[in-house]
Amino acid sequence: MTKFEKPASFSRRSLLKSTGALVVSVGAPLGLDALLAIDKARAQGGKPPLMPDQLSSYIAINGDGTVAAYFGKMDMGHGLFVAIGQMVAEELDVPFKAVTVFMGDTATSVNQGGASGSTGIQFGGKQMRMAAAEARRVLVDMAAEKLAIPADGLTVTEGVVHAKADAARKVSYAELIGGRYFNVQLDWNKQWGNTLYAPGKAQPKPHTAHKIVGQPIKREDVAPKVFAQEDYCTDIKVPGMVHGRMIRPPVAGAVPVKIDDSAVRDIPGLKVVHENGFLGVVANREWDAIKAAEKLKVEWSNTADPFPEQATLYDHIRKAPVRKAQIDQQNGNVDEAFKTAARVIEAEYEWPFQSHASMGPACALVEIKDGQATVWSGTQKSHFVQQGVAATIGLPVENVRVIWKTGPGSYGRNDADDCAADAATLAKAVGKPVRLQYMREQGTGWDPKGPASVHKVRAALDPSGNVTAYEFMTKAFSRVDVDTNGSKPFDTLSGQTRGVALKSGDGFGVPAESYAFANKKMGWETIPPLLDRASPLRTSHLRDPVGPQIHFASESFIDEVAAAVNADPIEFRLRYVKDPRDRALLEAVRDRSGWQSRPSPRGDQTGTKAAGRGIAYSQRNGTRVAIVAEVEIHRQSGKIFAKKFTVAHDCGQIINPDGLVKCIEGNIVQGISRTLWEEVAFDRKAVTSVDWLTYPILDITETPETIDCVLINHPELPPTGAGEPSIRPVAAAIANAIFDATGVRIRRVPFSPERVKQALS
Amino acid sequence: MKDITLDVNGKQHKVSVDPDMPLLYALRDDLGLNNPKFGCGLAQCGACTVHLDGQPVRSCVTAVSDAEGKKVVTLAGLGTPEKPHPLQTAYIEEQVPQCGYCINGWIMTAATFLAEKKRPSEAQIKQALEGLKCRCGTHVSILKAVKRAATMMG
Repeated sequence: MTKFEKPASFSRRSLLKSTGALVVSVGAPLGLDALLAIDKARAQGGKPPLMPDQLSSYIAINGDGTVAAYFGKMDMGHGLFVAIGQMVAEELDVPFKAVTVFMGDTATSVNQGGASGSTGIQFGGKQMRMAAAEARRVLVDMAAEKLAIPADGLTVTEGVVHAKADAARKVSYAELIGGRYFNVQLDWNKQWGNTLYAPGKAQPKPHTAHKIVGQPIKREDVAPKVFAQEDYCTDIKVPGMVHGRMIRPPVAGAVPVKIDDSAVRDIPGLKVVHENGFLGVVANREWDAIKAAEKLKVEWSNTADPFPEQATLYDHIRKAPVRKAQIDQQNGNVDEAFKTAARVIEAEYEWPFQSHASMGPACALVEIKDGQATVWSGTQKSHFVQQGVAATIGLPVENVRVIWKTGPGSYGRNDADDCAADAATLAKAVGKPVRLQYMREQGTGWDPKGPASVHKVRAALDPSGNVTAYEFMTKAFSRVDVDTNGSKPFDTLSGQTRGVALKSGDGFGVPAESYAFANKKMGWETIPPLLDRASPLRTSHLRDPVGPQIHFASESFIDEVAAAVNADPIEFRLRYVKDPRDRALLEAVRDRSGWQSRPSPRGDQTGTKAAGRGIAYSQRNGTRVAIVAEVEIHRQSGKIFAKKFTVAHDCGQIINPDGLVKCIEGNIVQGISRTLWEEVAFDRKAVTSVDWLTYPILDITETPETIDCVLINHPELPPTGAGEPSIRPVAAAIANAIFDATGVRIRRVPFSPERVKQALS
Repeated sequence: MKDITLDVNGKQHKVSVDPDMPLLYALRDDLGLNNPKFGCGLAQCGACTVHLDGQPVRSCVTAVSDAEGKKVVTLAGLGTPEKPHPLQTAYIEEQVPQCGYCINGWIMTAATFLAEKKRPSEAQIKQALEGLKCRCGTHVSILKAVKRAATMMG
């Protein structure tokens, strides 16, 4: 062993009384007692610092040989922890059931970026795999010393290191290190977040040796959920806790100028917390807090109507000044090629603001005691919320602990981080632990929105119908009016309402595909937000940020070009798609769906009901998805039934095929919902989508009959993401199927019955 | 404030509350039952669904005083790991939930439906569950689980 590989031992006698001592501190279900034990151990120098360059920051072996894996990301419902457990168990050669994955607690994990960009396995899993491989290497080295057998003469079976030649010569992980921390340095790349990477000296196993990775292992959190035994972030209670509710202005941008608490004064424990535009109430009982928020008389400042008429949204985008313009991809000379084109096809597509509309509005509990704050939150990014809460209440970051608990649904930067900062602001003001849950109208009306956009696409054709040039330009609200996490007060409603100046960021994106056009140009322009203060139409990341928008436009347009040259839509794509994995995907979805080769539209249906099929495909950070949608349209009602989806999905190595299918199914259904129904409504003063009636989503009666997934496994490749890629092509696949059925091209989402009827008339 | 006796999952509880307060807050805050969730407070989503004398109600809009003298059953009272309701078994088998915040609505509504309707068609199942919300989009799995439970219940 080198000096870096010496296991740290506890000096505290009580912890050494049994080898199982540390089971309590690191292996038991995460609770306050367990964490206190870890803190004590750290105070005595037993645990290396919680830093990315320490193996103990990712892996610990308990006294009974079970494994604790500490993960700086968290699961948003796709069963990520199962896949991480599989990767860790695989590399350590322990049974899958021996591994417990602890997610997103700032006291036990380093900042691996939280739930972000479908990188849970792609980056998070990569790191955990490397850490587990290193842990195995260190343990085998320790065993070599103990058994006096060279390491290359040893192997590991279910957590027991033994001689290859003689299984009786053995020592278990528990005997080697159980209950003590690794003290092993890793080669950290000095990055925090998604790009954090800290390998050891070990190489992970070759994929041909995988036994646990690739298996359809089930989630163990389903039973506690259906038997009501799991506490969500909404369910945590601490002694002395009071309840908060926030009050938002009736006109976006208005601030309270006069507050009259006469109607609520007799409510037990009532306190009004007001600072500039920040206004909340706290009461001993939750129902009282809700009533107080309703009854409190507030006079609001007169403010100019902040928003344009919704009907003029896309005109507003087209006419707005450009704040930032960027060309992300360019080859050849597009302008020259268009000058000499035999024919030019062009079209514009529009996508509305959309809401996360999570199943429940966000909730957070913040307790500030003795200069330390504890936050329970459903955030996607607890380490960033730790920074945000610290800045909000003026504590050093290390004095804030954020404990992630399952929240009421999350698909990006929803209202969770705002809620944590608001709750912290209330807790600091009233000097008591505050549990804050937003109301429904705040969850839908005031969450950060997916940006509205206009996409202008054109293609130049030669006399034979070949594409000689292609240009894709977006003009839109930025995807990051507020950042993807709540680490800065200017990115949270608490900071913004209390007067921190906004720092709206710029960003959008371009199609991700492999069409090899000789002349190609793709770029975007962003426009300023509609309001320079806390806004219910501020934008941020919503599942597959800007992906659905962009690929609705790009994949609808490719279909339009195919139709213009009278080509079958898949055959046409295959003329230009150059990436072999993309081609394999298109062929797979064609074959599996029983696709009949012919141009769209089919043009042979005259009845009230028309059926059609459409293809769309895209890439996303290494993953590729191709979708065939089969839809039915009722001409009279304008109602669309998205009946069947065939999805070919290639995300490199598949860690858990069942988990992947569930993940895809959710993406497809949410994608249908956003395509057919979802549009944030607003008037000149405020967002008017405030509940499920004013922000409808796909109903169970509209569930597709079939979602057929074709999983293309590449075990020889690193795994890439699956949390978002399959939502990308959904809108275009549906739009292309509607065109196939009716010959009518719908270029604005959502395809609500009214809009479809109008388009068909 | 009024003293109200609630019969929840077979046990009697006395609470002293505003009689107009929705049952949801009595269950969650006074009785500490975490299973019914607050989703909308408007009876639009189902996350707060409980049984009142066997019928599914949205506890977020049901006054606590209206529950007096009736039997309240929550998801925790529907079945246990030792004695699960077929829908709970089916949910585990089909691995339905993603975030799982919507579970109370689907299971409590489907439980009453399946108790009354044997061997329902897919269309009947969909109709019975119309209006309930799942934002994660687990619709396909929900329907599979309800069908599985229907088979288990004969």
